[in-house]
Amino acid sequence: MIRLVPRTETAPVWQVATPILAVLATMIAGGLLFAVMGYDPLAAIRTIFWDPLFGQAAAYSRPQLLVKAGPLILIASGLAVGFRAGIWNIGAEGQYIIGGLCGAGVALAAYPGEHWWLFPAMIAAGAAGGWAWGMIPALLRNSFGASEILVSLMLVYVAERCAAWMAFGPMKNPEGFGFPGSRNLQQYPSAANPELIAGTGAHWGVFAAALAVLATWVLMSRHIRGLHIRAAGLAPRAARFAGVRPEALVAFCLGLSGALAGMAGLFEVAGPAGQITDSFGSGYGFTAIIVAFLGRLNPFGILLAGLLLALTYIGGELAQLTMQLPAATVQVFQGMLLFFLLGFDLLTRFRVERRITA
Amino acid sequence: MIDLTTLIPALLIAATPILYAALGELVVERAGVLNLGVEGMMIVGALAGFAAAVATGSPAMGFVAAAAAGAAVSMVFALLTQFLLANQVASGLALTLFGLGLAALFGKSYEGVKAPAMMAGPMGLNWMVWIGFVAVAAIWFFLNRTRPGLILRGVGENHDAAHGLGHPVRRVRIAAIAFGGAMAGIGGAFISIAIVLQWTEGMTAGAGWIALAIVVFSNWTAPGVLAGAWLFGGVTALQLRLQAAGVAVPVQLLSMAPYLATIIVLTLISARQKFSRRAGLGAPGSLGQNFHALR
Amino acid sequence: MNRRELIASVAALSAVTLAAPAFAQDEPLKVGFIYVGPVGDGGWTYQHDLGRQAVEAEFGDRVETTFIESVPEGADAERAITQLALAGNTLIFTTSFGFMDATINVAQKFPDVKFEHATGYKRADNVATYDARFYEGRAVMGTIAGRMTESNKIGYIGSFPIPEVIQGINSSYIHAKKVNPDVEMRVVWAYSWFDPAKEADAAAALLAEGVDVILQHTDSTAPMAKLQEAGAIGFGQASDMANFAPSPRVSSIIDNWAPYYIERVGAVLDGTWESKATWAGIAEGEVEIGEITEAVPAEVKEEALALKDAIASGEYHPFTGPLNKADGTAWLAEGETASDEDLSGMNFFVEGITAQIPQ
Repeated sequence: MIRLVPRTETAPVWQVATPILAVLATMIAGGLLFAVMGYDPLAAIRTIFWDPLFGQAAAYSRPQLLVKAGPLILIASGLAVGFRAGIWNIGAEGQYIIGGLCGAGVALAAYPGEHWWLFPAMIAAGAAGGWAWGMIPALLRNSFGASEILVSLMLVYVAERCAAWMAFGPMKNPEGFGFPGSRNLQQYPSAANPELIAGTGAHWGVFAAALAVLATWVLMSRHIRGLHIRAAGLAPRAARFAGVRPEALVAFCLGLSGALAGMAGLFEVAGPAGQITDSFGSGYGFTAIIVAFLGRLNPFGILLAGLLLALTYIGGELAQLTMQLPAATVQVFQGMLLFFLLGFDLLTRFRVERRITA
Repeated sequence: MIDLTTLIPALLIAATPILYAALGELVVERAGVLNLGVEGMMIVGALAGFAAAVATGSPAMGFVAAAAAGAAVSMVFALLTQFLLANQVASGLALTLFGLGLAALFGKSYEGVKAPAMMAGPMGLNWMVWIGFVAVAAIWFFLNRTRPGLILRGVGENHDAAHGLGHPVRRVRIAAIAFGGAMAGIGGAFISIAIVLQWTEGMTAGAGWIALAIVVFSNWTAPGVLAGAWLFGGVTALQLRLQAAGVAVPVQLLSMAPYLATIIVLTLISARQKFSRRAGLGAPGSLGQNFHALR
Repeated sequence: MNRRELIASVAALSAVTLAAPAFAQDEPLKVGFIYVGPVGDGGWTYQHDLGRQAVEAEFGDRVETTFIESVPEGADAERAITQLALAGNTLIFTTSFGFMDATINVAQKFPDVKFEHATGYKRADNVATYDARFYEGRAVMGTIAGRMTESNKIGYIGSFPIPEVIQGINSSYIHAKKVNPDVEMRVVWAYSWFDPAKEADAAAALLAEGVDVILQHTDSTAPMAKLQEAGAIGFGQASDMANFAPSPRVSSIIDNWAPYYIERVGAVLDGTWESKATWAGIAEGEVEIGEITEAVPAEVKEEALALKDAIASGEYHPFTGPLNKADGTAWLAEGETASDEDLSGMNFFVEGITAQIPQ
């Protein structure tokens, strides 16, 4: 009989080995899938995992990894802090949308004036919007005990409809021939979030993501608040005796992750996306939850997980392009990768013991 | 202005897919498991049900196949969360992604095919609409009046205590997840077999997420799920009806309303629980937490 | 070598010697397509993909086509279009309105690549735009609807309140009214191009208002299933929806992009491509009227086809005055026809439609 024994300390070997094992397992299972579908499995896997990094058009797709991974990492590093404390914000998608709406709102209100302060003001508005949207579940949990998982999820739907309302109504581009969608902020110099160093894909959001990784790492490993967070996650009751106020922690974690998600939304609307449309929420907030777990809630792990997920997105597009692999096949492949990563994660937290039962 | 004799059947039909899916998720959550993969299981059911209905010419067989397929795909989630102790939120999201892709992949050969016509039941409504009501009553009875239902609720409320009492936490949860998958599959199949009569990629169009909201709205009770499905289905049917009658309605604001109502309901229930310390209300105590027996 | 290949190679040879000597003929022309939905949506994207397949059938070995499906509008679109350009595609069709800014951005970076953007209004030296005059087809549908309705109420399921859809509503109403002065038009906005459950609800809502003919501007067949139950009739949209013939689907308006795609690919092959705005309709074969079934009386069918022919030959414009706007102000004088500028920004209903356009 096989049984699982929790590890008292996380095993460094497995921390590194399990993602590699999971990727290998996905390659084998995915390869089988591709073969059954009638595609060359080796070519498909090379196209997804290798070509975006080192293939013909890698000079373009490598920077794109940063564009795609940036918002994922930025949101996930905020979420991970809360997850460590046992505070489950799964509404980052909503905070992302509201952040984008608030940031874009500031820009559209100032249009067409060019001001040096506009972009910083937009960042502040985006962060504030996401923070406020995150504080709703925090307040409801602290005052009434309502589950932040469910409230934050419900607020995603509300935010999505806000985006649609804005795109069709107040924020509609008056010069857009009646088509839904706001003005394009990429074409508004003071508000645009362009590529900062040509050919790297790095816009302000990518730097913010890098900064968020460092800041959350410092917070979690060097700051007293990080200690409280970890304590609350591991042993809530003991943490309370040690003087950690759970209400403050809930507000801090939901506010922080909301603000980071809101900033991600702002950087996206002012940069790669360019405008508010009815489909502005593009799933980054949900994908970031997966990124946070794949990264084991560790800031540097999240960095790698974000890049890995971005790789499968971009590699998947390449596979469609060069091998005519249907989009659905790529989706199934991504699903498998997540399953394997989540499954193999077990090995980092538990030892597998074999015991012979009589 | 609005004719109730036609609004009500429209409402009942619109509510049926989300009713089935939400009833399934209700049982799953009552067992303490949060499965965010409803949308993925629904679309797999929509395809499997459609394929079986076309192959056999029988919509009834379609629903059976949809239930089986939904349950089968939910077992991936069960394996991850119950045996490999993976995080439920992440696993559920991955299941949605996987299900959408899987259905799209295998659905290619069913594009443009038409489903066999459905036998109408009493009052011209599909039999599955009526069976939905029976399911509400049956699930209410199961959860509140039977011993297995009591055990399931116990597992969801406090898995450590349930384990201490000798209940098989993991087995109960796997059974609940399978049931949830089957019900989501039936809900999805209702869209493909009974509403649209065709298979198209992405046809569930977010119904699975609405089902999740309904469970919260219901305060984790079967009659509440029915009310929630009517509210969420009803708002869509009603706003379209008002438009058809020539009334200008703020569509986006109106469609936000049920979600805001859900948050308010959840808050009120939580507040009552917190301040009056009444047990047995609100979210199951162990919702979303994994269980691992140390002994 | 079969006959088509023979003709193709002769044509290619003459193209090389006469027009475009720089073009290496041993390399096929690479043509890329970006789709907003899956090719299996049975509607908008499906029809664009049929157009792509027609290009392959027409030019055989001289072209190589590639597509990327289900591309979200926004940042992902720009990357997908760039990837197509980097992969050596020299002609790229971007087939959704929401790809407009992305197309323009990529076009600036690839001046030698030619772009074709569907339904947009921004052009550049290497970006052409194309759209279909769906309102011409709607005029034919409106005529049938006006004749077929017994309750004198026809319904329209709109996707989004954008000019293309508003043109369709106005055109169907005008022509229904022409053959049936008592006709009333009910409009429901689904706020989606594709949401089967909601479209079914929308159809049910219209039916409950006593509507017995429905025109849809959304892509799923869900309204058809509802119409079948209720014994009402409707029209296929985007694709033929022939599964529901002869009734409830009595005819359809089909987006046929094949002629345009073949023309433009041909233009690149022989070196005559230039940026322009194309707005083609029934005459060019871009808007097709699907078979009118036996559920429609012969004289109505004849009348509808006569209207179609009049539009195709250019002797009749579906928006011909006298026409007033819904608020009572004059729009077109007697005999005056609507300009393309007026139509492309259309944001009002014509007189007689009592519904409001959501703002």
